[in-house]
Amino acid sequence: MSFPWAEEYRPKSGFMRWLDQRLPLPRLVYGAVGGGYPVPRNLNYFWNFGVLAGIALMIQIVTGIILAMHYVPYDQAAFRSVEHIMRDVNQGWLLRYLHANGAAFFFIVTYIHIFRGLYYGSYKAPRELVWMLGLVILLLMMATAFMGYVLPWGQMSFWASKVITGLFGAIPLIGEPVQSWLLGGYAPDQPTLNRFFSLHYLLPFVIAGVIILHIWALHIPGSSNPTGVDVKGPQDTLPFHPFYTAKDGFGLGVFLILLAAVTFFAPNYLGHADNYIPANPLSTPSHIVPEWYFWPFYAILRAFTVDFILGAKLWGVLAMFGAIVLLFFLPWLDPSPVRSGNYRPRFKQFFWILVLDILVLGWCGGLPAEEPYVMISQVATIYYFAHFLIILPILSWTEKTLPLPNSISESVLHGEEREAAPVDLSGVRPATAAE
Amino acid sequence: MATVEHSDGTLGGGPDGVSDAALRRRDFINIAAVSVAGVGAAVTLYPLVNQMNPSADVLALASIEVDVSAIQAGQAIKTIFRKQPLFIRHLTPPEIAAGMKMPGDLRDPQSLAERTAEGKPQWLITMGVCTHLGCVPLGAAEGENKGAYGGYFCPCHGSHYDTAGRIRKGPAPKNLEVPAYVFKSDTVVAVGEEA
Repeated sequence: MSFPWAEEYRPKSGFMRWLDQRLPLPRLVYGAVGGGYPVPRNLNYFWNFGVLAGIALMIQIVTGIILAMHYVPYDQAAFRSVEHIMRDVNQGWLLRYLHANGAAFFFIVTYIHIFRGLYYGSYKAPRELVWMLGLVILLLMMATAFMGYVLPWGQMSFWASKVITGLFGAIPLIGEPVQSWLLGGYAPDQPTLNRFFSLHYLLPFVIAGVIILHIWALHIPGSSNPTGVDVKGPQDTLPFHPFYTAKDGFGLGVFLILLAAVTFFAPNYLGHADNYIPANPLSTPSHIVPEWYFWPFYAILRAFTVDFILGAKLWGVLAMFGAIVLLFFLPWLDPSPVRSGNYRPRFKQFFWILVLDILVLGWCGGLPAEEPYVMISQVATIYYFAHFLIILPILSWTEKTLPLPNSISESVLHGEEREAAPVDLSGVRPATAAE
Repeated sequence: MATVEHSDGTLGGGPDGVSDAALRRRDFINIAAVSVAGVGAAVTLYPLVNQMNPSADVLALASIEVDVSAIQAGQAIKTIFRKQPLFIRHLTPPEIAAGMKMPGDLRDPQSLAERTAEGKPQWLITMGVCTHLGCVPLGAAEGENKGAYGGYFCPCHGSHYDTAGRIRKGPAPKNLEVPAYVFKSDTVVAVGEEA
């Protein structure tokens, strides 16, 4: 697909030849995730997370379609139908816990996938569109996860839908009409629940479609790699199958073990107890927080407390959405020609400070809006924007980068003389010369 | 597969030379890993399929208790058992006598005694579901067409059932189904419970 030395698909049987001439689906698969896709030979385990995110989406779709067989999107029955799933449906508890925790794991692997891209400069030319399509997927995931969280119609569901749609109310002039358009009323109610169910069912398939574009765009230049050096020849690559199917398979095993461990032993650890109380429009829980994967953004939202030209509420909303919109411009905010953080000593330090900063934001976002957390999240919010708007552009011009390896194969074989030395084989019978 | 190709990565390729059938470490890991994944995938399918079976709340309503004391001889009631109509009919002595006979035109030969509880031939308890294509036969309520044999008549395609709920004429292949039931007392019957 991407390189001239990519192995061509050869049908193994008469039937496959027949099929290949009419519907070359096996050829497509072979070229995308089979032996026909050459991949840099030096990928580390951080390159597992794209595949893991794809599998997490499939788990969500499978368990979600099943939950939809038992769930009722009606305000008087939604909560009860979820309890019905938990208590009455055969293994319904397992499927719902898998769906709830699967969402959390989907975000975990996606966030690691994004940080992988940030560290190794995967967003840089010629992969800008891969990066931007990925951000579109992230936004779709957030919308999907939010609407899914509303469906059980518990206290957290109800108030999350009220608060999040309230964000749109901050838009000047059209805010209020937009909010009541989203809700289908003046407050979250039956119309809200019903449309969120419809969209929650739809969006995962939109995500799947954008993932196809994401992979398509990726396979034009081929995968990036930990050195950030371009592939120069066949000695730099390995076929995706069996080398990376095996490596991804191992990562998948670890991922599934962790998902199963949380699902079976701490299924509600990542959730919130208040969502087991049916929605009550007359009483707000004392401390409402979104799911953990929204905490950093929630902290940015709440960091704005003073009116300045625009109202504080609008600033918070703009900053929260801006935190992601900003990332669309990342390929141009960081024009350094060196991709990988491994060869950018200063960038590397600031990368880890950014990771820490986002963790701090997440920590603040999960806590009540009280001092000192508001002040901490204000500082962290300023730093977040400063990282992308000030530090990265300056770094890309001033930083002294380390020398890059001449090629991927050279970087892989840096110890080649030692490795190529004959092993002491005394006492071991040499292989029988088969041919 | 299990042949020695290289001396490295070979188990059992010792100096004694017993290595022709030796298993390569890589093959072993491959087969073991794929087997575990395959078994895991198969086990995972079970909840995905089983969730569509009747849930606990449905099974909880799988048996009902009916008080039959108010049904006079010659009358019948319709009730609902497992979301389908159930006919409970108090047969008159002539109807019992007709049901006990075994005429030659029975398509699904059974006598009334086989189709009722022991010692209670007057209580004909059948599903109100025609065995042809599932319509509800007439004949349980007062004034309904009981068919040519005085039992039930299905208006959809004209199946006639006699006073033992046996198919006598028309397209239905079987007698009306008799569900499992037990008499808890002389007047209370628990339908859906095995005797």
